[in-house]
Amino acid sequence: MFLDLFYQLRDEGVPVAIQEWLTLMQAIAEGQHGGSLMRFYHISRATLVKSETYFDSFDRVFSRVFQGVEGEFKIEDEVLAWLNDPKNHQALTEEQRAMLERLTQDELMKKFLETLAEQTERHDGGGKWVGTGGRSPYGNNGEHPTGIRVGGESKNRSAMKVWDERRFMGYRTDLTMDLRQTKVALKRLRQLTRIGPEDELDIDATIDTTCKNAGEIELEFRAERKNQVRLLLLMDVGGTMDPYYEPVSRLLTALHEERGLRDFKAYYFHNCIYDHLYKTADMNSRKSLPTGDILRKLNHRWKLLVVGDAAMNPAELLEPYGNIDPRLEGDTPGIKWLHRLNDHFERSVWLNPDSQKLWGHTHTTRIIQNLFPMFHLSVDGISEAVQALIGAKTSLH
Amino acid sequence: MSENSEFFRFRGTEGYIASEPLIDAVNCALALEKPLLIKGEPGTGKTLLARHVAEGLGMPMESWNIKSTSKATDGLYVYDTVQRLNDARFGDGDVSDIRHYIKYGPLGTVFRAENRHVLLIDEIDKADLEFPNDILHELDEMRFDVMETGDEIVAKERPVVIVTSNNEKELPDAFLRRCVFHFIEFPERDLMKEIIDVHHKNLDTTLLDQVLIKFYWLREQEELRKKPSTSELIDWISVLLRGGITVEQVNEHIPFLGALLKNEQDTEAMQRFDEAGGDMPKAWSDLGPRYNQ
Repeated sequence: MFLDLFYQLRDEGVPVAIQEWLTLMQAIAEGQHGGSLMRFYHISRATLVKSETYFDSFDRVFSRVFQGVEGEFKIEDEVLAWLNDPKNHQALTEEQRAMLERLTQDELMKKFLETLAEQTERHDGGGKWVGTGGRSPYGNNGEHPTGIRVGGESKNRSAMKVWDERRFMGYRTDLTMDLRQTKVALKRLRQLTRIGPEDELDIDATIDTTCKNAGEIELEFRAERKNQVRLLLLMDVGGTMDPYYEPVSRLLTALHEERGLRDFKAYYFHNCIYDHLYKTADMNSRKSLPTGDILRKLNHRWKLLVVGDAAMNPAELLEPYGNIDPRLEGDTPGIKWLHRLNDHFERSVWLNPDSQKLWGHTHTTRIIQNLFPMFHLSVDGISEAVQALIGAKTSLH
Repeated sequence: MSENSEFFRFRGTEGYIASEPLIDAVNCALALEKPLLIKGEPGTGKTLLARHVAEGLGMPMESWNIKSTSKATDGLYVYDTVQRLNDARFGDGDVSDIRHYIKYGPLGTVFRAENRHVLLIDEIDKADLEFPNDILHELDEMRFDVMETGDEIVAKERPVVIVTSNNEKELPDAFLRRCVFHFIEFPERDLMKEIIDVHHKNLDTTLLDQVLIKFYWLREQEELRKKPSTSELIDWISVLLRGGITVEQVNEHIPFLGALLKNEQDTEAMQRFDEAGGDMPKAWSDLGPRYNQ
C-alpha cells in the first residue's frame, strides 16, 4: 500500500524521484507524521510534490491508495503489516533458504531503508539492490522468505513490462519541449558587446596604466557587456500549424521572457510569406505591415527566425498570385519574398515542427530547405538553430 | 535528533496564523534540515512566514532579497578590490590582509554566525535561470571556500533556509528535489477570520461578514486583472475603520475601492459595474456554493 503511492504518483505523471521518496522515508523515520493520516498527507505532499500544478493528481492518487483508511492510524503499523506480508510464491530450495539469512522485521525495514539510500539507479536481477527478479529480500517478485514486494504487478506477470514502458521517454530532449529547457537553449542567443556607461573596473587596463604611471594608481573603467542580438520572428499560423500550437506557444513564451535580447519583433503569416506580415495571430489586415517596410526598417544584422511547416501547395510558393487567401493576392510569388528575406539578413534559420523524416516528402519543404538552414522544433533543434544564428558561419549544403 | 526536532517545533505565532499543512511542512523541513520552498499568490504572507518562523523558534533572521541582477556568489562573499587598491594608495587600513576586504553576503554571514539562523532567500525566481543551481552545492554542504584567501567557511549551525517564489520562472528540477515544498493556498473564510482577528481585534462581526462577502465576491470577478489579496484586505479594513464607515455603507457598495484594486482598468471595470446598476451581494448566500457549506 505504502509504495503504491510512489508508483501511482509516477504513473499519474507527477515527477517524483527516488531522492524525494527517501526524504519522505527520513521524515517518517523521524516521526514527523505523528501517527496521523492527515499529517502523513501533509508531509508526503510537502516532500514528494514540488509544484502546485500536481496537487490535484497527488490528491487523486492519495485517495485511491489510502481508500478505506479512516481517521487516525498508525503508519508504523501500516509499514509493519506491509512487511509482514511474505511473498513466497516461488519455491526456494532448502539450501537457498538456509543461505538467505532470516531477517527480523525491524532489521528488514532498516535494511530496506539503507538499501534504498545506497541505491542510485534501477537495478534488475542483482543480489543486493531493490529491483525485480532478484534474490534480495527487497524488491518485486523476490524469492526471499521474508521478502517485500516493492510495487509493480503481483504474481508471475512480468513486472518488466510495467517498468519498462519507455519510462525514460520524458528525458529525451529531441522529442519534448519543456519551457525551461527551451529557455536554456535560447540563452545561447547572445553576442556580448561592451555598450553603455563605463562603470565596470577594468583590472587589466588599470594595472597597465598604473605601471605606466610608475605605481601611481589610475583606475580604468569600461562599459558592461551587453547582448547585441536582435531577433525577428516570423510565424506560420493556422491550417497545418494548428496541431503544433503547444510547442510553438512555448517557444513564443520563452522568447518573450528572454529579457537578454536587445530587440525582439514577431510577425505572423499563413503558409507562405508574401507582401504583408501581420502583427497578430488572427491575421487582422488592419494590423498588417508591408514586408518591404519591415525589410527597410531592420538592418542586415537582425537574426531571422522563421517557424513554419514549410509544407504547402507548390503553387502557393512558386506562382504569382499564389496566396491561398484570394483577397490578398499579389503578383510576387512567395519564393521571391523568401529569397529577399534570405538575402537581406546575414543569418536566418527555419524551425520546422514537422518530424524530420517528413521533410523530404514535401516538394515545398525541399525547396525551402535549400534556401534556409532548417531545424526541427525541439529543444535540440533550437540549440542547433541558435548555433547557426550566432556561431561561426558554415556554408549551407 | 528527536529531542532536537521537538525543541525546534514551529506552531505558528501570535502574529501569524498558519494552516495545519503549513505547520507540518515547516516542521518537516526543520527536522530534515532541508530548504523550505514556499509558493503562493502575492500577498499570502510568504515573506512574513520566514519572519515568524524565526520568531517562533527564537532565532535571528537574515534575508537575502533576490533581484534580477543577483549572482550566487553575492550571497557568499564579495572581495572589495577597489577599496583595497584605494587603501594601498593612501595608506589607510591594513592592506596586507585580504580578509579585511572580504565582505560576506547573507549566506556567508549565516554560516559564520555562532547561533542558528533563519535564512530567507526571497523571490528566488527573480534571478537568472541558473541561479538556483549555483547555490545548490552551498546549501547542500553548508560550506564554501573563499578563493582569495583559501579559507573554508563551514556553517557552525545549519541555518533554517526558507525560499520563496512567485512562480515567474520555472525552478530547476535538481533544486526542487532538495526542497520541502509548500503552496500557500488562498485562505478560506474561517481561516481569514482568524487572520483578520490578529490584525484587527474585536471587529464588529456584522461588519466583518459584510467586508468578507464583498472581498470574496471581488475575487470571483473574472474581469479583474489583479485579484485583491490578504494584505490588501487588511489594509482596506484599516481604512474603513479610520474612515468611520458604517455597516450600512459597506452593505450598499464598496467604499475606498482604491485600497483593494491597484489597477486603473480594474477600478474602471468596477465603476462600470456600479453605473450599470449591478447588484452587490449582501449575504453569504449570494455567493457561490464554495462559501455556503
